[in-house]
Amino acid sequence: MLTIAGKTFSSRLFTGTGKFSSPQVMREALERSGSEMVTVALRRVDLADPADDIMRVLDRERFFFLPNTAGARNHKEAVRLARLARASGGGDWVKLEVTPDPRTLLPDPVDTLLATEELVKEGFVVLPYINADPILALRLQEAGAAAVMPLAAPIGTNRGLVTRYQIEIIIQQATVPVVVDAGLGAPSHAAQAMEMGADAVLVNTAIAVAGDPVAMADAFRQAVIAGRLAFKAGLGRVSDQAAASSPSSGLEFIR
Amino acid sequence: MADFSLPGFTELIRRAARPGKTEVLAALAAERLDLEGLAALLSPAAEEFLPQMASRSRRITGQRFGRVIQIYAPLYLSNYCANRCLYCGFSAENRIRRRCLTLEEVDAEAQALIDRGIRHLLLVSGEAPQVLGVDYLAQVARRLAGRFDSLSIEVQPLGDDDYLRLFAAGITSVAVYQETYDPELYRRLHLAGPKMDYAYRLATPGRAAAAGMREVGIGALLGLNDWRAEGLALGAHLAWLRRRFWRTGLTVSFPRIRPASGGFKALTPVSEQNLAQLIFALRLFDHDVGLLLSTREEPRFRNGMLGLGPTRYSAGSCTAPGGYAEEGLGDEQFAVDDHRSVAEVCAAIHEQGLDPVRKDWDRCLQAG
Repeated sequence: MLTIAGKTFSSRLFTGTGKFSSPQVMREALERSGSEMVTVALRRVDLADPADDIMRVLDRERFFFLPNTAGARNHKEAVRLARLARASGGGDWVKLEVTPDPRTLLPDPVDTLLATEELVKEGFVVLPYINADPILALRLQEAGAAAVMPLAAPIGTNRGLVTRYQIEIIIQQATVPVVVDAGLGAPSHAAQAMEMGADAVLVNTAIAVAGDPVAMADAFRQAVIAGRLAFKAGLGRVSDQAAASSPSSGLEFIR
Repeated sequence: MADFSLPGFTELIRRAARPGKTEVLAALAAERLDLEGLAALLSPAAEEFLPQMASRSRRITGQRFGRVIQIYAPLYLSNYCANRCLYCGFSAENRIRRRCLTLEEVDAEAQALIDRGIRHLLLVSGEAPQVLGVDYLAQVARRLAGRFDSLSIEVQPLGDDDYLRLFAAGITSVAVYQETYDPELYRRLHLAGPKMDYAYRLATPGRAAAAGMREVGIGALLGLNDWRAEGLALGAHLAWLRRRFWRTGLTVSFPRIRPASGGFKALTPVSEQNLAQLIFALRLFDHDVGLLLSTREEPRFRNGMLGLGPTRYSAGSCTAPGGYAEEGLGDEQFAVDDHRSVAEVCAAIHEQGLDPVRKDWDRCLQAG
């Protein structure tokens, strides 16, 4: 079980609600994914409106909604969005996205930290989306982030674990859960992230734009489970390369 | 995050005794080791794989630190001590010649070390706060800070404010060794004095790190207890410090018990082979930790270990207060086993194709 800010999740696959061909396809895919945490763009949904096309089709008993601040270009906009979400019943949780460059949608590290500090102060549970920067991850952790969400590759690129080495460092150092977010294009990418010890992954585009989103959601569900199992089983710890002592060891100085 | 705590010592002993060849092979193949992996490399089953451990340790050390060894020397400020510790030459009941250096005497000692090319200095003393308190240490630090590139202390455990003050005065790093991570044995070895407080001592590295010290050193006195279990405890302590204080550099020392006043004999002797295994295992467990090999070890062993894992060597050490400038006025803490001069140690390091580095810090890094 994964615990973030006191809330437990049995699925380690987080999903998104963007880019699906219809709310019905989205619902079916997300249900098949086994996911219990679904992020929704605050700019896309009306949290206060029960008839909202996304909110309406998703079972709120089954899915925990994680509002995100997509579209915010700086910390002030992000903080404002989060406050608005809370005011309209979106709760205290926020996936913090501060993306000043509309082309790459890469996160701004400085404003992400500033917004995290402010939102934590205001009692939010903050899950910042970041570039795979280990020091930034530590600074955010110190600032009170409930998890960190480093990207595997720029969002929507489907390139997989381009930032693999940096994410390894983040995982080694983190005391909060690490959720690999963005760029995971195939179930094998998600499995790799889980094998490395990521606590969870967030996948949206790869499911939403697949030929068969429902089948792809199932594939990601299984990949995340497999990757986690492999991590727990102690992957890559067996080798036949090491053999018993050779006569010339270079340690003859030892008495 | 919670305070540092360990499983019971008998559990540590069990964990480091239990692994078999399969676990050792798995640990040797792993990119990164967890505590179970460390336990495997500390186990008796790993002994036949010492050459493989040495070769991995050498590779990791070279990659992380380069072909260099940092040189330092201790300066003993005082051998007064309020503690009664069975293993230590400074123990309060030992009838030795005691002295605490005046500031002028500290200057003379410092000059003798500067003349030999020492630029990283470790200030050492017994624990006698009435003779050697924080005021004295701060004065010494301010006096020496401009003359050495880094100043470390290995003195009594101090409080948060003390460390803040000493850092401001120019102290760069703090070493405090738990001696044994077995609370029961600790109680039996420390008969009187403030050092009896196991928990306060255990929390000291964290206090020093929290106060902003750039580096914190830990260690266990080898020969008191099951060294495999002590190694596992050191690994756990390291891992905890790394997580909690990611801005702080960490080092481990491997003092083996040496002949000292009081005539204490090692309770569980640790062989050179054991010591090498412990050093390699910790290097494989933590690629970035600085590892110290002092003049407690003899030249043959220290030369042989060059490049294999340790990154710092003391040189030309004297463990008696005032012993560099003028011999025979105070008694030593223990007898060293490497009597070579700084120049001779550096020459031996060169011979192994490594560079003896005397300056690897700068005082300006500590301003503000």
